[in-house]
Amino acid sequence: MSKQDVPSSIAQTFTVTKFELLNYFRSRRFIIMLGIGVIIGALLTLLVGYYRPSSFTTSSIDFYSSWWGTSAAYIVILSSIFFGGDAISGEFQNKTGYFTVGNPIRRSSIYMGKWLAAFIASFMIIVVFVAMTVLNNFYYFGPNMPYQFVESFLFTVLYLISVLGLTFFFSSLFKSSSIAILTTVVLMLFAFSLIQNLVNAFVHTEPWFLITYGAGIIGNILTVPYPLHTAITRFGHVAITSYAVTVPEGVAILAIYFIVTAILGLVLFERKEFN
Amino acid sequence: MRQSIEAVNLTKSYGSFIALSDLNLKLEGAKCIGFLGPNGAGKTTTLKLFTDMIRPSEGHALVGGIDVHSNKKEALSSCAALIETPEIYPSLTPVEALSMIAEIRGVPSEERGKRIEDSLSEVKMLEWKDKKVGRFSKGMKQRVNIASVLISDPSIIMLDEPTTGLDPRGMSEVREIVKSLKRRNRLIFMSSHLLNEVTDVCDEVAMIDHGKLLAYDTISNIILKFSENGSNIIEVGFSRAVDDSIIAEIGKLGNVKGTSKIDETNLRVEISGDIKAREGLLYELASMKIGVISFKPSTSALESSYLNMIKETL
Repeated sequence: MSKQDVPSSIAQTFTVTKFELLNYFRSRRFIIMLGIGVIIGALLTLLVGYYRPSSFTTSSIDFYSSWWGTSAAYIVILSSIFFGGDAISGEFQNKTGYFTVGNPIRRSSIYMGKWLAAFIASFMIIVVFVAMTVLNNFYYFGPNMPYQFVESFLFTVLYLISVLGLTFFFSSLFKSSSIAILTTVVLMLFAFSLIQNLVNAFVHTEPWFLITYGAGIIGNILTVPYPLHTAITRFGHVAITSYAVTVPEGVAILAIYFIVTAILGLVLFERKEFN
Repeated sequence: MRQSIEAVNLTKSYGSFIALSDLNLKLEGAKCIGFLGPNGAGKTTTLKLFTDMIRPSEGHALVGGIDVHSNKKEALSSCAALIETPEIYPSLTPVEALSMIAEIRGVPSEERGKRIEDSLSEVKMLEWKDKKVGRFSKGMKQRVNIASVLISDPSIIMLDEPTTGLDPRGMSEVREIVKSLKRRNRLIFMSSHLLNEVTDVCDEVAMIDHGKLLAYDTISNIILKFSENGSNIIEVGFSRAVDDSIIAEIGKLGNVKGTSKIDETNLRVEISGDIKAREGLLYELASMKIGVISFKPSTSALESSYLNMIKETL
């Protein structure tokens, strides 16, 4: 028998991250997600190059607003679903958890290790998309990067952190990977946007409780001047109120979503039984 | 750390269904304990409680004297377990999968390579070490799973039906691995529903049914206590064919109630009495110089005791 000390929980977290990433890079899902990111970038490149829409070609900031401001959030959501959708539920459904959980390792290390791996993999996809965006902007406007784009990029990273928190929460909530993924897809791509529009139009209340509303800062920061917080548009007798999230508000919404869902997801995973 | 596994009033219930009821069991020292019971008896539930894969409803699961639920890292630091048939990340190779477990368990980096090679060699998977696990058969994956248990050279090992999914050769190899671990002074707790496996490998047996512990003792004592008429069946192996005159001679020995031939070189001997009677029989057989090469409790005797015990709980 050999005497060995079990590493610290932080070291074990990084071990899980390392091998989870290795699994991602070897699996088709990383290639597919990378392909999706490249296809979106390539399509935008072709369309902008061919049609030269004015919203893209007026100024550098307008280019980033039209390109990055409208597509970054979707890249974040898709990569979060690809890498986080079944990260925890798969441990139960595919029984991969049986390989690791019975070892001297805290479940929190497994959870955080997998979260970090999903974050790194998603971040790499985003970096590829950023590179395509910046290269296109360079082609039209030269080496000119408005500081708002850097801010928008940082908000995108915050949104990624937040969406991954939510995705991992659903992944911990359900033992079935397909239900976890489907729930995240429906909420992030359809339900939240629908609720946001309905609340805006009919309830006349700011949808501060929606993560997608908080993500509005990614595009808003690229609009000069920054959009008004509340705008009322009148169509005859009908007045429609629309809200633009402010930067402090958006950062707070995204941060709170991450903190709450990360804690809840972790508690659920700690309590969930392998049976 | 003590080499022990202990259940203290260990209970697991799911609503009104009690999967494990007030289990009190203490296993200590270097030996192999078989954990027998029919499907759904509570074997896997018990092992999952000992690895914190599920939480106890009441009581405590202690490994090395440490509560697994409240201090899992310390409790399992010298204990490795194989519960059910785990899946390994399909894109990893056996070397990578075992590296992950070795890192998690703190195997020194300078020893990792050799340990991985040795473990894979022990489960006959060395030639597959760089192939992706996703392409392996169930039996091959189970061999890698067994290698993952060996990698940290633990003093306590828990195995949940480890031969599941293996072909007969694989089953035999796993039994040899367990025997070699026993020789290296490990405490092994192994659930199984294969009685011949338990008889072949284990020193003691704990029997469970309907979530309740029915008995825990040495195999011979279990056979003595629970066989239908208090008889004790021994299988004796000979180096050469046994003829009728030798069988007749054996039949006349004290405590022998009957004999039956299994094949040309193996004989089933039924005796009455306790462990002393068995000792006496072995002494007498050896004295006869008739080529006795093996002497072990019969699988069928354990089976008979097991069935009697299970019948009593129905």
